[in-house]
Amino acid sequence: MCLGIPGQIVRIDDEENLLATVDVCGVRRKVNIACIVEDGEPIAACIGVWVLVHVGFAMARIDEDEAIETLRMLEELAEMQDELRAMSEPDPAQAAE
Amino acid sequence: MKYIDEFRDRAKAETLVVEINRLIEKIAPPAPLAIMEVCGGHTHSIFRYGIEGMLPPEIELVHGPGCPVCVLPMGRIDDCLAIADRSEVILTTFGDAMRVPGSRGSLLQAKAAGADIRMVYSPMDALALARKNPDRELVFFGLGFETTMPSTALTVLQAEREGIRNFSVFCNHITIVPTIKAILDSPGLHIDAFLGPGHVSMVTGISPYHFIADYYRRPFVIAGFEPLDVLQSIWMVLKQIAEGRCQVENQYGRVVPEKGNIPALAAVARVYELREFFEWRGLGSIDQSGVRFREEYAAFDAERKFTVPNVKVADPSVCQCGEVLKGAIKPWQCRVFGTACTPENPLGALMVSSEGACAAYFQYGGVPKRVPEHA
Amino acid sequence: MTPRNFAKLSVPAITLAHGGGGKAMKDLVDDVFARAFDNPLLAPMEDQARIGLSELANMGDRLAFTTDSYVVDPIFFPGGDIGKLAVCGTINDLAVGGAVPLYLSCAVIIEEGMTVATLHRIAQSMAATAREAGVAIVTGDTKVVTKGACDKIFITTTGIGVIPAGVNLGVANARPGDRVLVNGRMGDHGAAVLVARGDLALETNLESDCAALHTLIADLLRSAPGTRFIRDATRGGLSTVLNEIAHASQVAIEIDELATPLGDEVKGVCEILGLDPLYLANEGKIVAVVPPGEVQAALTALRAHPLGMDAADIGFVREGEAGRVTMRTRFGGMRIVDMLVGEQLPRIC
Repeated sequence: MCLGIPGQIVRIDDEENLLATVDVCGVRRKVNIACIVEDGEPIAACIGVWVLVHVGFAMARIDEDEAIETLRMLEELAEMQDELRAMSEPDPAQAAE
Repeated sequence: MKYIDEFRDRAKAETLVVEINRLIEKIAPPAPLAIMEVCGGHTHSIFRYGIEGMLPPEIELVHGPGCPVCVLPMGRIDDCLAIADRSEVILTTFGDAMRVPGSRGSLLQAKAAGADIRMVYSPMDALALARKNPDRELVFFGLGFETTMPSTALTVLQAEREGIRNFSVFCNHITIVPTIKAILDSPGLHIDAFLGPGHVSMVTGISPYHFIADYYRRPFVIAGFEPLDVLQSIWMVLKQIAEGRCQVENQYGRVVPEKGNIPALAAVARVYELREFFEWRGLGSIDQSGVRFREEYAAFDAERKFTVPNVKVADPSVCQCGEVLKGAIKPWQCRVFGTACTPENPLGALMVSSEGACAAYFQYGGVPKRVPEHA
Repeated sequence: MTPRNFAKLSVPAITLAHGGGGKAMKDLVDDVFARAFDNPLLAPMEDQARIGLSELANMGDRLAFTTDSYVVDPIFFPGGDIGKLAVCGTINDLAVGGAVPLYLSCAVIIEEGMTVATLHRIAQSMAATAREAGVAIVTGDTKVVTKGACDKIFITTTGIGVIPAGVNLGVANARPGDRVLVNGRMGDHGAAVLVARGDLALETNLESDCAALHTLIADLLRSAPGTRFIRDATRGGLSTVLNEIAHASQVAIEIDELATPLGDEVKGVCEILGLDPLYLANEGKIVAVVPPGEVQAALTALRAHPLGMDAADIGFVREGEAGRVTMRTRFGGMRIVDMLVGEQLPRIC
């Protein structure tokens, strides 16, 4: 059950029934945010939050740090690979001697 | 598109493929490693992005039964049609279920014959239709794993709050863990590791899967759905194998919280209880694998509101959906694949559902396994 | 043209009487259609329009003749309506064969109860579209059916045009080495209409790309006379046309996902609903197969035209399994782009 799409909450539509408008690439849809409102926080604090939307419900807040971390780890891997490749190539300075 | 495009990045994909190849060299498996993706969404991604063709031949991706549409038994479709046949009923459903064949046709065919069947994107839209049509009975065909249980449950709770009496759900929600266990217990079926269901886990958290690593000793990596997520998860599986580890890991940390989603789980616990057993197409009956409404919510249970035939219908005898679902055979090894069973004339749900391995293979696959690097 | 007095309907809504052949029907035809389409060939209101053959023979050596029915729901949508669609669609079917579109017929089937105001709106839209395209609607038919026998209104337009000598576009003409061009972003119409139906409760600024493409195609053919084939990517979308070409020409076609233009909102709708934009309908987009030597000239010509500003070279024809269409994904993998089976339905899985 898989088709979840990241979107940003741009407007609170119904505080009592926990409905908000989410923007996905310029397309907007009302979603139910019961699963991602935080206890003790005013509902307006959800505006600007990125969430995973599935069948009209915001099911999870997207953790920006985790996303950055995942991508950073891949960048590091790429850098390591480049280094390894560079190390295993003959040194042009030596070859010239 | 934020949080999507970055995870479709080709350069990072190539990095991962290099690492995957290195690990395979290190592991040097005597036979191909069978990695099963449980979730139909992963199957779809794998085919749509041509991921299998990017992997070394020592990795075999086995497509699992995590497609809730694919495992709907024909009898349940028949029950749904019986409800839709009633003149007072407006039956609402996700698009996915429209083409699944029952014993006397699909929902789409019934709609063409005059039944009031409407497609919705969300159960909340079904509830809105109930409000707009007070003289009709609104029935929502609820299906899916734990991912969609909360959305159905929250909709029912909303209906309860508003005192809406003409709304009910035909509940076909199923749970993922018994399925995985059935696969693990299947004699003759050997899977080396799993890609876990990312969106189910966003609701349930990580703890339900520990038994797979601890008891069955298989690496289990919860994976996101973008192609980088799938590749990275495969890489993480290989790292575990290379390092002799057996753990549940979470590749999809940006969405999956370790403890799951508390409000979602609360709504689910309030509204549903486990069925003793539930019928799965192709897999037979699995204990404790489905849910139904609790007694307190009987008024929202379409099965209690309306009488349904509740007849168990056997799959066509030529159908080998069950074996494909378990990963025992590949789609093209099914005796009717491409002949009696095609997307235009599907015999089984695996050919009908866009996530079904057979349909995915037809739609996307068929290209040579290895595509030259810089063609 | 001597201005004449057109009849005026005095009722707000259409009834079966308006299809009965009597005075009510004459008033309907006169007030709504004759008034809107008014032109010298229509004005005599004979049972047929009469067109001089020598006029046609001066323009080319073949008559192009096509017909199409339009049943779109909703009948008004952002970027157009069923009337505009009925005119553009038929003009395009002529133009993709290299023809200069000249005359259209317009047959309508109206569900009783439709408001006269709505009918006026549709007819005026058809008239404006035709006028802008330099095409005349010269004959037609009107029927009214009982409530429920049709969905609001169905329109059938038939068109004729003339193909200049030497223009020989054909679906079987593609050969290995040819490039595949499109004139802009794919999927706008299909996505806009889906959203406009309202049951998915999506808010967008999406508009149909509905447009008459004959001047764009004329520019293309002038700059790239070696063009093998052109087709508009209507129902079934880009992938359907590609499959048709691959099959008829017995070739393989490969396109590049990153090269295929897509608007952001179409991407958004497709991601939310699980749709593949390659299968969404377009009403203002062509697929053109062009020999490699003429691609630059073709793209320049397309991009200079208001309907081709986002034109792109999206792929090529190659040797290979005949009838096979593949796409190099943004991710580096390869997937098959098959013929659409049935209708594409939104999915949650």
